Amino acid sequence: MFGIARTIWDIFLHGFRRRVTRQYPEQPAYLPPRWRGRIILSRDPDGGERCVACYLCAIACPVDCIALQATEDSTGRRYPEFFRINFSRCIFCGYCEEACPTYAIQLTPDFEMSEYRRPNLVYEKEDLLIAGPGKYPGYNFWRVAGVSIGGKDKGEAENEAPPADLHQLLP
Amino acid sequence: MISPHPIFSLVGILLVVLGIASGLIWLERRLLALWQDRYGPNRVGPFGLLQVLADMIKIFAKEDWVPPFATSKVIFVLAPAVIILTVLMSFTVIPVAPGIVISDLNIGLLFFLAMSSLGVYSIVLAGWASNNKYSLLGGLRAAAQMLSYEVFMGLSLMGVVLLAGTFRLSGIVAAQRRLWFVVPQFLGFLLFLIAGLAETRRLPFDLPEAESELVAGFHSEYSGMKFGMFFVGEYIGITLISAMIAILFFGGWRGPLLPPLVWFLLKVFVFLGFFILMRASLPRPRFDQLMAWAWKLMLPLALGNLLVTGAVVLAMHG
Repeated sequence: MFGIARTIWDIFLHGFRRRVTRQYPEQPAYLPPRWRGRIILSRDPDGGERCVACYLCAIACPVDCIALQATEDSTGRRYPEFFRINFSRCIFCGYCEEACPTYAIQLTPDFEMSEYRRPNLVYEKEDLLIAGPGKYPGYNFWRVAGVSIGGKDKGEAENEAPPADLHQLLP
Repeated sequence: MISPHPIFSLVGILLVVLGIASGLIWLERRLLALWQDRYGPNRVGPFGLLQVLADMIKIFAKEDWVPPFATSKVIFVLAPAVIILTVLMSFTVIPVAPGIVISDLNIGLLFFLAMSSLGVYSIVLAGWASNNKYSLLGGLRAAAQMLSYEVFMGLSLMGVVLLAGTFRLSGIVAAQRRLWFVVPQFLGFLLFLIAGLAETRRLPFDLPEAESELVAGFHSEYSGMKFGMFFVGEYIGITLISAMIAILFFGGWRGPLLPPLVWFLLKVFVFLGFFILMRASLPRPRFDQLMAWAWKLMLPLALGNLLVTGAVVLAMHG
């Protein structure tokens, strides 16, 4: 009997406790830097697209939400003709980011992408491309890998460092 | 004080009671949230008050479905109306303030008890007409629970009647001029509080609609505004019990400084808050425990209370 009365009193005292609810739109949620949210395509430090249209992200994607078409420019460099992510299917697993060999595709700490119409959740390349290099500021895939063009092998041009030796990179 | 024409009292009390009943939806959610360290609905309108309106629009937009397998469609539709009717009938004898009462019956207390007994028909018929095993179990539980608690609910009030010497509710309020009856009748107050909880099927005595066992008990098959009617009935029910506690044990409208109406509403809302606090804090008992308490603990206590009160009254006046 006293137990019941004490329970009621304890619950009454809870009325003066601090609230655990976060008033979300006014008090934004803390998102850690590694939060897996909206996907972006990043650029090299010198402004070129990082994506080489290798399709690894589309293959890694468990829900098939990435669609792209590879094409080549006049120098033979591959880039995506279109790059489309259907965010109504995306589960933000981050496998595309892990699969990407050029750090082009990255997940960002942003989840506020609600839409009233479902087709608005399909992001095209111009929606995905950002101006900067994202999480890897100094990284340029072609500087590390080198590129061979007609009459010049990787790392032989002026002002070009030789490509990284894969065997020396091993631990 | 000039008492208004009964028609004005009637319309006024009806509007205020229905207003309180709908406001209680918001109040209950906010208070439950308060005691669970949350905020509750606070987005729609100031303090979330318009949440009631949003809920109403939602419940009216729901499909109003009568099950094709119902035992009796007429009874299925009528059952929710019965509970509202009986509870609203009880409000006719409630003296809100001096002179503001629809019908100051000389058997007001008996009328209240009779009407709250009739309320059980709503639940039982709803459970039976739904033709659903969970609804029927809920209805059966409600019948057993409400009839058992009805017995000592009446007996627990007889002490008050002995002290006041009348069944007239305004007379009972007048008899508390010197001392609120909660002091000499504290046991009766506790018994009536528990019986009132069981009578309105509020938590922790919500076994007829126990969600974890019976889906939603007697109103499993109800939807739309018919479902809403059960809830309005429940909310008017706890308003009624709170008003009765205020009148019978806490001096009704009596109080210093503030006008009588304000005192009455203040007391009613304190008990409404207490009912919601009970819901926030206590778990549901088992059904056999519920029955055992009613017949083995509450009934003897009520009888003992009546016996002692009668002896004391006899000794003082005899």
